[in-house]
Amino acid sequence: MNVWQFMLQNHTEVLELTFEHLKLVAISTLLAVLIGIPLGILITRWPSLNKPVLGGANIIQTIPSLALFGFLLPAPWIGARADRLAILALALYALLPLIRNTYAGIQGVDRAIVEAGRGMGMTDRQLLFQVELPLAMGVIIAGVRVATVISVGLATIAAAIGAGGLGEYIFRGLAMVNNQVILAGAIPAAAMALLADVSLGWLEKRLSSR
Amino acid sequence: MTDSPETRPVIEFRQVAYRINGHGNSTRELLHDLDLEVQRGETLVLLGRSGSGKTTTLKLINHLLTPSSGELRVEARPTREWDVIRLRRMIGYVIQEVGLFPHFTVERNIGLVPKIENWPADKIHARVLELLQLVGLDAEIASRYPRELSGGQRQRVGVARALAADPPILLMDEPFGALDLITRAELQREFLDLQKRLRKTVVFVTHDLREALLLGTRIALMEAGRLVTVQTPQEFLDSTEPLAAAYKDAFRTTL
Repeated sequence: MNVWQFMLQNHTEVLELTFEHLKLVAISTLLAVLIGIPLGILITRWPSLNKPVLGGANIIQTIPSLALFGFLLPAPWIGARADRLAILALALYALLPLIRNTYAGIQGVDRAIVEAGRGMGMTDRQLLFQVELPLAMGVIIAGVRVATVISVGLATIAAAIGAGGLGEYIFRGLAMVNNQVILAGAIPAAAMALLADVSLGWLEKRLSSR
Repeated sequence: MTDSPETRPVIEFRQVAYRINGHGNSTRELLHDLDLEVQRGETLVLLGRSGSGKTTTLKLINHLLTPSSGELRVEARPTREWDVIRLRRMIGYVIQEVGLFPHFTVERNIGLVPKIENWPADKIHARVLELLQLVGLDAEIASRYPRELSGGQRQRVGVARALAADPPILLMDEPFGALDLITRAELQREFLDLQKRLRKTVVFVTHDLREALLLGTRIALMEAGRLVTVQTPQEFLDSTEPLAAAYKDAFRTTL
């Protein structure tokens, strides 16, 4: 039996796990966007927070993913359910590219443009929302893209703590020493990563063409 | 001099210095105890080479920079007491790199200050058309983006944008510096025409003596953060002041 036959035969389970996987990635990325982009903006306004914030996000990235899942296990409410735990861990990993790209994108806006706006009497808020963020959007979306693709891959590990997703097949296949089962998890995950990469890449290109 | 609003200078520098912190404890003085007055309706040209303090002087006026010492008054009120947003909205600002917003159409660029001043949309639109005509541009470019314009057109849009909310004061930082000679001459002529009609109080930064002589009602010559002299173009041409003489020498062949 090859992998395609296996997937066809178990198509309800494949779809279920794919959907679970998608849910983990989508919620965690959304959470990371909601935290990371404001943090990135914050450190352009308060340069003294730059080092601690980026440093903190950097340190999180260096923690091995399995260990991070383990660290979060004793946390109240979050540790109670595997999917909450997985979402939080994935969101933490996604923070760095989001903070860094938001910061770099805003810093990268032509100084002459920002100064012209300020000189004309735009408030800091108006500058941020009408000038800096729109002009930085391409770079910020590039950060979302990196974060999403990393997340799709990393979410397979969430199965190790029972959070579901396509990692279920990968771990099951490993235990059964069955490549078909491993591939039944890996192929949809890779397709999902590719799809996210291409679609966010397209969005990024559209937004940075100006 | 009396203190009536007509004769009072629009902009007054009183012993204004601007310093930045260098390495360690050292400070670098970019502007040294400047005393200068700009009268209503005149075009004061700040002439000097790079690093002479002309742009610093300009940015102090709209409070992009804060004086380290001394007092700078705009319309008789110290800049540090102004609500900085209100101050800047009554001062048009044109810079060399133009600083047009690349993601805004020409119309939105020009209408920027009226928009943030909450003018109604139809009034902004009418004003944009009026300004395009004033700076000699076709109404049809209103929907274009800055990257679709030539350098001269961009600079005209920059001037139109600065004039949008009809500010009494205009600051221009080498506005024609990046243009080719012919376009520059064209824009200089148009500026003179415009200024004859509008009578704004203009502070104009340039390193080009010919431009200074052509556009200025008075020329303030600056060097290494200090004001050397303030003279009318004719006085400048007759001047024996060594630095003024050096400028005339440098430009002799092209005058």
